[in-house]
Amino acid sequence: MASTQTAELPRAQIAGRRGRFPWHVVVFLAPATLIYTVFMVYPLLDSLRLSLFTRDEAGVESFAGLANYAALFFDPQWSDRFWNALGNNVLFFAVHMLVQNPIAIGLAALLALPNLRFTNTYRTLMFTPTLLSVVIIGFIWKLILSPTWGVAKSMLGTVGLGSLFAPWLGQEHSALITLALVSVWQWVGMPLLLTYAALLNIPDSLTEAARVDGAGQMTIFWRIKLPLIWPTIGMVTILTFVGNFNAFDLIYVAQGALAGPNFATDILGTFFYRTFFGFQLQLGDPTMGAAVATIMFLIILAGVMTYFYLVQRRLQRYEL
Amino acid sequence: MSHSFLRGAFLAGAALVAVSSQAMAADATLTIESWRNDDLKVWQDTIIPAFEKTHPGIKVVFSPTAPTEYNAALNAKLEGGTAGDLISCRPFDTSLALFQKGYLAPVTDLKGMDTFSDVAKSAWITDDGKSLFCVPMASVIHGFLYNKSVFESEGLTPPKTEAEFYALLDKIKAKGEVAPLDIGTKDQWEAATMGFQNIGPNLWKGEEGRKALIAGKEKFTDKPYVEAFEELAKWKPYLPEGYEAQAYPDSQNLFTLGRAAIYPAGSWDIAAFNAQADFKMGAFPPPVEKAGDKCYISDHTDIALGMNTKTKNPEAAKAFLEWLATPEFADIYSNALPGFYSLSNHPVTVKDPVAAEFLGWRKTCESTIRNSYQILGRGTPNLENELWNVSAQVMNGTLTAQQAAEQIQKGLDSWYKPAAK
Repeated sequence: MASTQTAELPRAQIAGRRGRFPWHVVVFLAPATLIYTVFMVYPLLDSLRLSLFTRDEAGVESFAGLANYAALFFDPQWSDRFWNALGNNVLFFAVHMLVQNPIAIGLAALLALPNLRFTNTYRTLMFTPTLLSVVIIGFIWKLILSPTWGVAKSMLGTVGLGSLFAPWLGQEHSALITLALVSVWQWVGMPLLLTYAALLNIPDSLTEAARVDGAGQMTIFWRIKLPLIWPTIGMVTILTFVGNFNAFDLIYVAQGALAGPNFATDILGTFFYRTFFGFQLQLGDPTMGAAVATIMFLIILAGVMTYFYLVQRRLQRYEL
Repeated sequence: MSHSFLRGAFLAGAALVAVSSQAMAADATLTIESWRNDDLKVWQDTIIPAFEKTHPGIKVVFSPTAPTEYNAALNAKLEGGTAGDLISCRPFDTSLALFQKGYLAPVTDLKGMDTFSDVAKSAWITDDGKSLFCVPMASVIHGFLYNKSVFESEGLTPPKTEAEFYALLDKIKAKGEVAPLDIGTKDQWEAATMGFQNIGPNLWKGEEGRKALIAGKEKFTDKPYVEAFEELAKWKPYLPEGYEAQAYPDSQNLFTLGRAAIYPAGSWDIAAFNAQADFKMGAFPPPVEKAGDKCYISDHTDIALGMNTKTKNPEAAKAFLEWLATPEFADIYSNALPGFYSLSNHPVTVKDPVAAEFLGWRKTCESTIRNSYQILGRGTPNLENELWNVSAQVMNGTLTAQQAAEQIQKGLDSWYKPAAK
């Protein structure tokens, strides 16, 4: 939990004693900059450029200004789907924030208890789903929840709750929540490990001092440990945000690119896929797809910046 | 948490490279792009060996993609220059667009193109009728398949009219042993293809209604189309439990396991069902409103094969396309894949009884094709994709027939202006 402030070195020291141009800095930065430029910066800028163009039937590109964005926001054909996808995406993120992260923190707190046995076993078991391929996760859950073959129905039946079963993935009001929970089940291991590591970093002397002062485990968690891991929780939040707004694979595996029923599970990723690559008889529209991708990028950028300027700076860090 | 596109795109790219480098290994190897992944075995075991026997030196690889992803994958491959030599063509506008972009070579002058009727060619010809860009392969017919052993044990007979159809469904439902009608809405397309386009032609009078839609004389909000959606809504109580989350393979398995009585089908299902089901199947055409009414069937020109303009083996590809026009191919194809009916004029005897039953309807009923393909399939929102969505919603009960019809017409109106009134 060291402070992030770096001590400033005098310029002369960086440049060397005689004030020569610091070539070694360039040399050390070059490989990373080069790779990053070729594989990240250039594709990003090129897709920004592409989003300002349009293609006619013969595939010839011509400059169209902001026409793609205008269509995306104001032409009901595009905007209905876009706002729907954005709304679904916000809900998808909300489920992760409200379910995944609290569960992860709770489990991490339990794992970090001093007298718990089999800690490693629990940790491994909880992290296992995260290691599995999304394709496998999607397929397994589709089978589990299938009204025709799935075990969910008979398992609920054995405990007398059979009437609660519904074809969750096929109903508009439940499909997205169901998939969000599947995603939570898969990814809960990540925030779990991060918060667990942060909790282990808290020196025993602090908790012992609290116990001497008469605090119980609950008080220690709420008053001592939680404030100390806020920065980690902040990082988990931002990772969840970026991950969710880039999400695509689980929806695609479970519901297909059409993100049914009636686009109830359509998020920005699947919306982008259908726009860019096309689906069934609808042909792909690369320029419009680039516009969607740009908007996704801007949403994520805005979210991350808001976090850094408004939240990160106010987080208190304690020197331990 | 780090599910990124890049990773997926990278893997897909790597897979493409692997596939294409494989294809380039031998000199005259032809790769066929197709969405018929169910037919892989038949192509490998029957059709390709027959071709390779008469054409030494040419190797053919059949490389199918999942049906719903086919067009997206194909377009990406064509743009990236990694598509196969021969390309399966969807009918009408989708393939026309590929031809206009220069991805498909004209095949007008190939030997044997005169063995295809104008109707067969109409799906893969430019609007002016001058350039043929794919060689017609097969059409598929819609109808209903039924489990003969269920019907026999209950003493049921296939229905002729709508009233008989629902009476039959009621009987099976009352018995409660199997699902009366086997179709799900999770994958959406079955609701439109095996539902709406299956029973619809009887209501909109086949070609008459289809052409009236193109000419702008009829609208989807007119009676026949709303009625077609109403029929779909009436199917709801007879569907398997949890049909909202039932995918196409689920429906197929339910039927072949004998857990459903009637399956709204496309004839392409016959081959797979023959292999899996251990009971006898029968088939009946979509029931008509009153006994004696003229019946119409969806006899859809479904598959053709075109040549990639960038192929490295144009001569071998042409040889394969010309072979498609021979009687030999017509016979092999129609019988190796019962349910796909060759479009050439060569007389072919279909040996499979169920497939022959479907084919027999051509004599008693009038044929039409799906109304969302020709000309009306050109715009955004895509009519076919929209029909999937609303048909599934009508069956789910989240849209009424009237709302569905209005939504479809609204989407069509937004881009389609009928030529001359």
